[in-house]
Amino acid sequence: MTAAVRIVQATKRFGATLALDRIEFDIAQGEFFGLLGPNGAGKTTLISALAGLVKIDSGRLEVMGCDVRSDYRAARRQLGVVPQELVFDPFFTVRETLRMQAGYFGIGRSAARDSWIDEILEHLDLTPKAEANMRTLSGGMKRRVLVAQALVHRPPVIVLDEPTAGVDVELRQTLWQFIHRLNREGHTIVLTTHYLEEAESMCDRIAMLKAGCMVALDTTRNLLDRSARRTLRLRTFADLSEMPGGGQPQGDGWWIFSFEQFAEIEPLLACIRAAGGEIAELEINQPDLEQVFIRIMREQEQVDG
Amino acid sequence: MVSSGFSTLFYKEVLRFWKVSAQTIAAPVLTAMLYLLIFSQVLEDHVKVHGLPYTVFLIPGLVMMSVLQNAFANASSSLIQSRVTGNLVFVLLAPISHREFFAAYVLASVVRGLVVGMGVLLFTAGFASPSFAEPGWILAFAVIGAALMGSLGVIAGIWADKFDQLAAFQNFLIMPLTFLSGVFYSIASLPPFWQQVSRWNPVFYMIDGFRFGFFGLADHSPWLSFTVAAGCLIIMMAVTLSLLKRGYKLRT
Repeated sequence: MTAAVRIVQATKRFGATLALDRIEFDIAQGEFFGLLGPNGAGKTTLISALAGLVKIDSGRLEVMGCDVRSDYRAARRQLGVVPQELVFDPFFTVRETLRMQAGYFGIGRSAARDSWIDEILEHLDLTPKAEANMRTLSGGMKRRVLVAQALVHRPPVIVLDEPTAGVDVELRQTLWQFIHRLNREGHTIVLTTHYLEEAESMCDRIAMLKAGCMVALDTTRNLLDRSARRTLRLRTFADLSEMPGGGQPQGDGWWIFSFEQFAEIEPLLACIRAAGGEIAELEINQPDLEQVFIRIMREQEQVDG
Repeated sequence: MVSSGFSTLFYKEVLRFWKVSAQTIAAPVLTAMLYLLIFSQVLEDHVKVHGLPYTVFLIPGLVMMSVLQNAFANASSSLIQSRVTGNLVFVLLAPISHREFFAAYVLASVVRGLVVGMGVLLFTAGFASPSFAEPGWILAFAVIGAALMGSLGVIAGIWADKFDQLAAFQNFLIMPLTFLSGVFYSIASLPPFWQQVSRWNPVFYMIDGFRFGFFGLADHSPWLSFTVAAGCLIIMMAVTLSLLKRGYKLRT
């Protein structure tokens, strides 16, 4: 099956800065894909290159098998981009904005266009604001219109560049419900976000960029499994300082043990019982993407250093 | 070449200036009226040009000056606003070619120029009525002039990163070119040196040819003026299209 997005040896320089360094990966159709990295990592440059806003110096970019340079019309029709900046045209209402955007993609006046626009407006809770001028909308509402604009030509691939930056909880939930629905219906979603818990809960696969280089590419599950250790935190008044497994005292009877596999827990508990310890409280902490992210970024710093 | 993307962008650009018509149409018509009022009051009894009363002579020049300045203003102000606020991205993300982009902005500029020009002509009719000796020339020079200035407006709107840069472009290039083009006088009344300088100003030929359409007489043959104006338009189109094709300041 044709990849939704194909990135082959994409390289881009801005003066002396290497913004993208031979980036290469595919995103399969229907995937919910996360693109993570600190500020200046190259995420927006990569997205902009896919959208034709930035021209890469070498390499190749395809959206649904269409080259973004030589077959740019077809490639752009396959792609809906929600830009990071909160931009809008102050001359028009929400409905006019969406109709214009549909028109740019060759979708003329029709009942199908209008009913799809109505559907998008409803799903993003924008219906009451449909005839309001863009200038009068709050930041959150403008963000919703940006999402609506990206969807108006029904693109199979949707790129969201920090869509929930500065957005309230209610909008986040509305937005993610709608995006999940689109993903279930077969749309490929590419997400960049600084909220790592969002990426962790939603993305099937994640690429991490740093200073233009790709430093990780794997399923979210594998990244969590391989890159961070789980911890067992328990409270007992037995002295566990001589225990195998290197427990760390935390005060007030709390101890922390690190482990990789759940199978390591039972022998540990058996040791505690054998030492006469009685467990008053116990909790297991799973690694989260934030830990994985920080660890990978630090490892990369050591490699670079 | 013409797709729905082009027609929507063209429609959007026309709707943009129409929605603020007090600023984009009424204001320039009023400015032209003030010029006419002041100059005709001062000079009407003292000056005749090509044997015509001064007010009658002045009207076509004022109309054409308004056409040119507003055609430039339309493309340039729309583009710089869209670039500064960032909403040009919606056009750049769409499957619109550089030719369609050019055509939409320039044609919208032509429409704005012609609407303002007709407004000036309509309101100045209360002062004097110039004849319409050769209407074909009137239309040809108005369209060519507006397209040339619309094209120049596209370049200025893309080149300028800030509003003051665009204002400099307007104040130091467009204003001198249009004011020193024979709008208010015949170049036959100038000293020989300034006559020569005027002949290097392409706007002079547009005004002169446009005026020929009204009176059937001008400083130069309309064919010479047409050749110069059309030649300049072709060069300007080629430069603008080449910049757009390269993605100059639009696609980095």
